[in-house]
Amino acid sequence: MAIAKREPADSGYDLGPQEFSGSQMIWESFLREGVHVVFGHPGGAILPAYDALAEYEADGRIHHVLVRHEQCAAHMADGFARATGQVGVCIVTSGPGATNLVTGLATAQMDSVPVVAITGQVPTNLLGTDAFQESDVVGVTQPVCKHNYLVTDIAELPLVMKEAFYIAREGRPGVVLVDICKDVQNEIGTFRYDFDINLPGFEPWPEYSKEAVQEAADLLNEAERPLILAGHGIHLSNTSEELLQLVEKAGIPVVTTLLGTGNIPETHPLSLGMGGMHGEAFANRAVQGCDVLLAMGMRFDDRITGRLDRFAADAKIIHFELDRAEVGKNIVPDVAVVGDLAETLPAYLPLIEDRRHKEWVDTLNEWRGETEEADIIQFEVEELIPPYVIRQLWHATEKTDKRVIVVTDVGQHQMWESQYYIHEQAGMLLTSGGLGTMGYALPAALGAQMSDPEALVWCVAGDGGFQMTLQELATIQQEKMPVKIAIINNGFLGMVRQWQQIFYDKRYVGTPILSPDYVKLAGAYDIPGAVVSHPSEVVPVLELAHATEGPFLVDFQVKEEVNVYPMVAPGAAVDELIRRPKPGMVQGYSGVQPSW
Amino acid sequence: MQYTLVAWMRDKPGVLNRVSGMLRRRNFNIDSLQVSHSETPGISRMTFVVDGDERVADQVVKQLRKVVDVTAVEDITNRLAILRELALIRVRTTPETRSEIMQFAEIYRAQIVDVNSENLVVQAVGTEDKVDSLIELLRPFGIDEMVRTGRVALCRGDERPRRKKQPTSIFKAAASLNGSLHGDDE
Repeated sequence: MAIAKREPADSGYDLGPQEFSGSQMIWESFLREGVHVVFGHPGGAILPAYDALAEYEADGRIHHVLVRHEQCAAHMADGFARATGQVGVCIVTSGPGATNLVTGLATAQMDSVPVVAITGQVPTNLLGTDAFQESDVVGVTQPVCKHNYLVTDIAELPLVMKEAFYIAREGRPGVVLVDICKDVQNEIGTFRYDFDINLPGFEPWPEYSKEAVQEAADLLNEAERPLILAGHGIHLSNTSEELLQLVEKAGIPVVTTLLGTGNIPETHPLSLGMGGMHGEAFANRAVQGCDVLLAMGMRFDDRITGRLDRFAADAKIIHFELDRAEVGKNIVPDVAVVGDLAETLPAYLPLIEDRRHKEWVDTLNEWRGETEEADIIQFEVEELIPPYVIRQLWHATEKTDKRVIVVTDVGQHQMWESQYYIHEQAGMLLTSGGLGTMGYALPAALGAQMSDPEALVWCVAGDGGFQMTLQELATIQQEKMPVKIAIINNGFLGMVRQWQQIFYDKRYVGTPILSPDYVKLAGAYDIPGAVVSHPSEVVPVLELAHATEGPFLVDFQVKEEVNVYPMVAPGAAVDELIRRPKPGMVQGYSGVQPSW
Repeated sequence: MQYTLVAWMRDKPGVLNRVSGMLRRRNFNIDSLQVSHSETPGISRMTFVVDGDERVADQVVKQLRKVVDVTAVEDITNRLAILRELALIRVRTTPETRSEIMQFAEIYRAQIVDVNSENLVVQAVGTEDKVDSLIELLRPFGIDEMVRTGRVALCRGDERPRRKKQPTSIFKAAASLNGSLHGDDE
C-alpha cells in the first residue's frame, strides 16, 4: 500500500471564512487535514466538542472510535499514524482523561510518530483554581510533546489547530497536544484555514550541505569493511528503495535498529537483521568490525550501541540525520549530513562507487553460518517455544495476499518477533521501541487496522503486556475489526524474569504472573479464540485464525523459562554478548554485570 | 569551561518554562539564566551561562533550537562581547566602617544607592569576576542581603549575532485573522 507522506490529504473543504463554534472548529480542522478517524473518550470538559461531533458522524465525515482507557486512544492514534504515515488523532477530556494520555503520547514522541491530541480543559474563569477535573495538561505533557498549546481565546483556535498538524507532521514527526478550554469550545468565532504557517523558530527541513555529502561519499568509497546502520528515518522518509540501491551499488551489508526493521528485505543477502542488545552476534560483530559505519536516520540509542566508548571503535562514522540535535548527542560522527534523507540519499547515490567488498561479506557470512547452526529454531522440539510460534506466524502470513502488519508489545516476544519473523518491508512492524511501553500492542493494532480494514493485522503480545490494555477487546468488537491476537503466554513477565535469572541469581521477584482463561475472556466479548500448547497445533490454529472473519485470539501457552539470545548486558560492549546456549545446555553468566 | 549562549524566543505564556524544563530534563548544568525583553516587541531574549565542554554547549544550542517558540540561538562565547552583571549588596555599617566601604565601592565604580544608620546598599555593575571580587571585599563587613542578575551579554559592533530570520513579522499569519489576535502591541 502506498504511504502518503507529509502532505495532508486533499480535503476539498476550502470554503473561506465561516462562523463556527470552537467545537465545530476542531472537527472542521480535522476535515481540512484529511482526518476522518479519531480515537477518544468523552467527559465533562470536552462535551461541547462531542456534541458538535454528532453532525460530522451522522453524514460519515468523521468516525469516532470509543476507547476504554485514554492511554489507548493515544496508542491507537499512534498505530494509525505508523500504518499510514498520516497524523493520528485522539481526543479526550480534562484532568484524568488527559493525564491518562501521557504514556501513549510519550510512546509516540519517543518513536517520532505524528500524533495530534486534543484535550478539553476547564473554562478559562476556573483555570488555576483546582477546579473539578482540572490538571495542568500543558505542564504535564510538555516533556513528552514536540509542542503543545493551551487555547483560551477562540480567535487563536484555527491557527493553533493548523500549526498543531503542521508541527506534528513536518520534519522529524512528533506529538502536539492542544488543550482547549470548555468556554472556548462553546464560543462562536470566525473560522478560516487558509493562512500561511509562520513559525520562525521551527526548522523542520534543514538544508543539507553538499560538501558534507561529498565528504561522506569519499569516506565510504575508501572503506574496506563498510556497514550501514539503518533506522526509523529510512521508513519515515520513504527511502527504502534508495537505501536498497545504495546497498547493491556499493555492496554494503546492512544492520537495522528495531524501528528500522525491514528497511531492506530481510531475505536480502546483505541484510544482517537487527543489531544491539538482542541483535544476532554476526550483526553486532559487523558493527564492531567495520571500518566505516554509515548510520542513517537513527539516533544511537543505548539499546543499539551498548557501551558507547567501545561502540564501533575502529570505524569512521558517517551520520545522516534530519534532527541535528541527534548529531553528536551520543556519538560524535566524523562526517554528519543533516537533512531529509529523501534529499540527501538521492544526492549521495551518484557519488558512490560500485564495489563488492567480497572478503568482508564472506567473513560476515561465515559468522552468520556459525550463528544459524546453533539457532534453537534449527532443532526439533517437543515443547512449544516462542521462536517456533513466531516463525510459523511468518510462514502463515507469507501466504496471504493481504497487506500484513505485525504489532508487537514489549519484552521477550518483541525480540523474538524481531529475530524470527522475516520482514520484507519497512513499516510492516509496529512496536514501541524507544519508550518500551507494555500494553502498546493491542490498541496500536486496532489503530492500524482502522486505517486499513482489509489488512491482516496481528497483535503479538506477552501475557504481561496484554493484561495492561486488554479492555480494548471491547473496542475491537464494537468496531468489528478483524484484529488477530497472539498471546505468547509463559506465565512470567518474561524479559524481567530473564534479567533476574541472569543478573540477580534467579530470584524471581514480582515476575510470576497469573493469567485469566484468555479464550473465555475473548468469549465474553464474543471474540473466538483457541489455546495452543503443543507445536503440532500451531500451524492449524494460524490457519483457523486466518480463515475466521473478524477478530481471533490465540493463547500460545509456551515453555516458561526460555531466554532471548544473544544478549548484550546493559553497559557492555555489543560484542561482549551472551551467545545462545547449545541445546540441552544451561548457560551460566559471569560476564559484565549491568551498569544500570 | 563556561559558555555564553543567547536565545531569542516568542514572548508567550510558558515559554520560560519550556526552556527551563528542557534544560532540566536533559540534565544540562546551567550556571545562570537571565530573561528580558529584546529590541523586537514580542520577542524575549535569554542569556545562558552553561558549564560544560564543547559537546555540552553544542547540545544545549541544538536542543534550544528544537523548542518551537525559540526563534534563534547563538553561542557568543568566542565573540567579542560585552558581558555584564548587576548586583545589589546590602552591607552592615558602623560609623567606623562606612567610609572604608564607600571607598571600596568607588574603586569598583559601584554606586551607593541606599543608606541608613545600620547599613547601605551597593550597586555594582561589571563582569562577574569584578562583582565577585567586590563581594569578597565587602564580606568581612557583613553582607545582610544580596541579589545578582546573572550574566547579560551583547556583542560588540560587527560581532553582532547573525540571526538568519529577523523575527519582525511573526504575527503575520495571526494578523490575517482580523488583525486582533495578539492585541495592538506590535
